[in-house]
Amino acid sequence: MARIVVDVMPKAEILERQWIGSVRALDRLGIAGVADVRQGKRFELEVDGDLSDEQLEQIAADVLTNTVIEDFTITRVNA
Amino acid sequence: MTRVGVITFPGTLDDVDAARAVERAGGEAVALWHKDHDLKGVDAVVVPGGFSYGDYLRAGAIASLAPVMTEVVEAAGKGMPVLGICNGFQILCEAGLLPGALTRNEGLHFVCRDQWLRVEATNTAWTSRYEAGAEILVPVKNAEGRFQASDAVLDELEGEGRVAFRYVGGNPNGSQRDIAGIASANGRVVGLMPHPEHATEALTGPSDDGLGIFYSALDAVLSA
Repeated sequence: MARIVVDVMPKAEILERQWIGSVRALDRLGIAGVADVRQGKRFELEVDGDLSDEQLEQIAADVLTNTVIEDFTITRVNA
Repeated sequence: MTRVGVITFPGTLDDVDAARAVERAGGEAVALWHKDHDLKGVDAVVVPGGFSYGDYLRAGAIASLAPVMTEVVEAAGKGMPVLGICNGFQILCEAGLLPGALTRNEGLHFVCRDQWLRVEATNTAWTSRYEAGAEILVPVKNAEGRFQASDAVLDELEGEGRVAFRYVGGNPNGSQRDIAGIASANGRVVGLMPHPEHATEALTGPSDDGLGIFYSALDAVLSA
């Protein structure tokens, strides 16, 4: 078994008001110095056998993310 | 009689109203199921609203991979008129039939209200019955209706006259350039977030302004 991690983040031009709200909440806690918060997703895949880089790319690009609005990085954790 | 397929996925809500709208416009509604591997000989397809597959992963993402969508993508490639309403619009974007993406509403709320739209493009398979610039009143109801695309894609849509509908009298969700609906390059595929199928008679909707979309598709099939 191998573990594959796919980290997904919204593209730089995508903004969500809830992230701004998170920064304001930190302000209210008295924690200064956080200029920006962005929220993404992390997928952990348990994989039997070997998947090629091309197959992983297909899984990430065609299913796990919408590449119009999101970028991803693929990491093999204990291959 | 012109046969218009209406797809039901697990979690679809508005298939019954969509079928009813097709029949009020004079077409025959044909029920299609997400597992179908053929389109039962229909002339056009409506992908209705709801929460297909519970919006798992992303709204429309799982539905875009359903067997019936493979058939829809192939038929659209041959010019079949396809309409995506609300979740259906999200599905068509996820399936790559329309550009851009629908994201969380700017104000983070589920918005449900009657909404004025301006018909911007009347040369599509789904809008030919409207006069250019006509304003129509139809319900909008969603939490992820904020249309977003890169500036290059937005400029292309504007430049090619593919913004089919624009919000007027207030943008309900922060959609870029007030875009409520768009068309494919050949005008056969249209997606919009508001619900024309809920505006087909005064008894149950704010107007019957939505009927023009379904009349347009029947015209498009007959003139093809």
